[in-house]
Amino acid sequence: MASSLKNPDRTGWAFALPGTVLILTFIVIPFFFAFALSMTNQRLISPNPTEYVGLKNYRDLLGLAVVTLEPERDDSGAVVIDDDGEIVYPRLRTITRSDDYPQYRGMREWFRWQSGEDARIVIASDVVFMKALVNTLLFVLVVAPVQGGLALVLALLINQRLRGINIFRTIYFMPVVVSIVVVSLLWRFIYDGSDGLLNNVLSWITFGAFQPVDWLGNTETALGAIMAMSIWQAVGFHMVIWLSGLQTISPTLYEAAAIEGASKWQTFRYVTWPGLRHTAVLVLIVITMQAFALFAQIDVMTSGGPLDSTQTVVFQAVERGYGKQDISGGSTISVILFVIVLTISLIQRYLTREK
Amino acid sequence: MAAVNPDNQGLRLAVRYAVLILIALIFIGPILFMVMSSFKPDLQLLQDTSSLRAFLPVGDLSLENYREAFQRAPVRLFVINSVIVTGATVVLSLIVCSLAAFSFVYLDWKGRDVILSVILATLIIPFETIAIPLLLLVSKLPWIGLEGFEIGWLNSYRVQIIPWIADGLTIFLFVQYFKSLPGELIEASRVEGATWFQIYMRVVMPLSGPVLATAAILKFLVMYNQYLWPLIVVQQEQYRPVMVGLQYFFQLNTAWGEIMAYLTLITVPVLGFYLVLQRAFIASIASTGVKG
Repeated sequence: MASSLKNPDRTGWAFALPGTVLILTFIVIPFFFAFALSMTNQRLISPNPTEYVGLKNYRDLLGLAVVTLEPERDDSGAVVIDDDGEIVYPRLRTITRSDDYPQYRGMREWFRWQSGEDARIVIASDVVFMKALVNTLLFVLVVAPVQGGLALVLALLINQRLRGINIFRTIYFMPVVVSIVVVSLLWRFIYDGSDGLLNNVLSWITFGAFQPVDWLGNTETALGAIMAMSIWQAVGFHMVIWLSGLQTISPTLYEAAAIEGASKWQTFRYVTWPGLRHTAVLVLIVITMQAFALFAQIDVMTSGGPLDSTQTVVFQAVERGYGKQDISGGSTISVILFVIVLTISLIQRYLTREK
Repeated sequence: MAAVNPDNQGLRLAVRYAVLILIALIFIGPILFMVMSSFKPDLQLLQDTSSLRAFLPVGDLSLENYREAFQRAPVRLFVINSVIVTGATVVLSLIVCSLAAFSFVYLDWKGRDVILSVILATLIIPFETIAIPLLLLVSKLPWIGLEGFEIGWLNSYRVQIIPWIADGLTIFLFVQYFKSLPGELIEASRVEGATWFQIYMRVVMPLSGPVLATAAILKFLVMYNQYLWPLIVVQQEQYRPVMVGLQYFFQLNTAWGEIMAYLTLITVPVLGFYLVLQRAFIASIASTGVKG
């Protein structure tokens, strides 16, 4: 039409408008909303007007301090020792409830260690959130390299020229199309302490030497069990991305390496790996972002337990924002999460930049 | 290189296949176990975990678990809800995102580059970091429907569909693809006097089969497997999708046979879909690898 020829602006706008409006409304606005809400006391439903509270939500989540407790002494000034031979300390509440230390009010013990006769105690405004933060970082630190590495190994295996290799590719990728929610419930049974498949398989392989473990009911194994399952589910995704990276490497480079008499390892080190540089950055960033978002596994398998050993940042954000309808608290956690994810992606990009 | 003797080569081949098969068992084992268990009565199911029978269709097989699963929860309703939400989002997403990408690639208008870079920048925002503020936002949004004007989108299909229609990745995939199409085709149609909409419909879309398949598969996987979002915006059974419906099975008394039946029921269609279209599935995941 003549009008659209003379006025390409209008046509261009009209075509892009629905998509742009939707992205602005449902991604960009909530994103900035999170920052604004984190400085208020907004709740999902509340009779009271919302108030600006500054950085209070951040202090309530991130407040940390180290306090020192001196041992109890008897009248002669000697350190009091209890029946088990341990030094006796005054209770922490002598500090956290004391008017002398208003800055520590309401904080709780996270962990402690001994330094000479004194006990040093790390206290936190929100111990559960601190545990969630540590668990999430641990999850990312283990899952990102292990999943990325295993995915590369699988991609190299699948990249061989063998009859029927596509069948294996199809199978390795299969768990990716299964919902993580389904996988989590299925693995709850596999990890079961009494009738679980994993215990049975392990005892079968070791001819009965293996003692059954309640994988999800144990603070030492729960997070590890969730890591292993998450890797099992998602590794095929990154295998495919590595595979498409491998296929962009020119065959002539491999031919040249073969003529030079390069060993398998040399070929990988000097031909394959340099060719995968961009893929490596992408895989690492994508796994990191996915790992930080850890939620469904926790919700279905452990609800953060046992003893908060599988609490995660997103689980905490949902528990507050939705469970307790504390929108501002949930938003504050979201902002903290975003800042961490962004920082780590930027660091990864910087470390893997072209030199 | 030294000559390789044929026996040695045969052995190496056998080792290679053995490794590949062993890994395949790790991936397929749990899925096989789920499907087989769904046909077994609870008692047998538990006994079978102590042997290879766990992965085999043996013993007393029946559809009893399925029948009980349908009694415990409105399974049919959950499936219908998931199909409505997933289907509507996929179709709308293909239309809205391809139109926007068409505009970004072929049309020249003020503000275009700024908007495209904002859209691409949203790729670094994980959904989990906006879920809570978005929950507040949708609880306050107005809507005019058949029942008239109302405030709040919670407990509806629209709250599960509309926020998911447009996203940076889908638009990006279309933009990349449209850039690879020969520009002469578009210019020729312009010279012949076609409108932009005609070009979109009759020239570009018919050439876009591969990218439409990719975008549809990725959106389908995201939508069908959706959990966190419907969990927080839908409290009424009436609008619940299959993944949230799972909660009916892990609360109260745990009947593993029923659980396995429900898991199999909601997973097998997707697996079937994958096995039929596996090349397209894998190609669509691979194409997300070109971003960055």
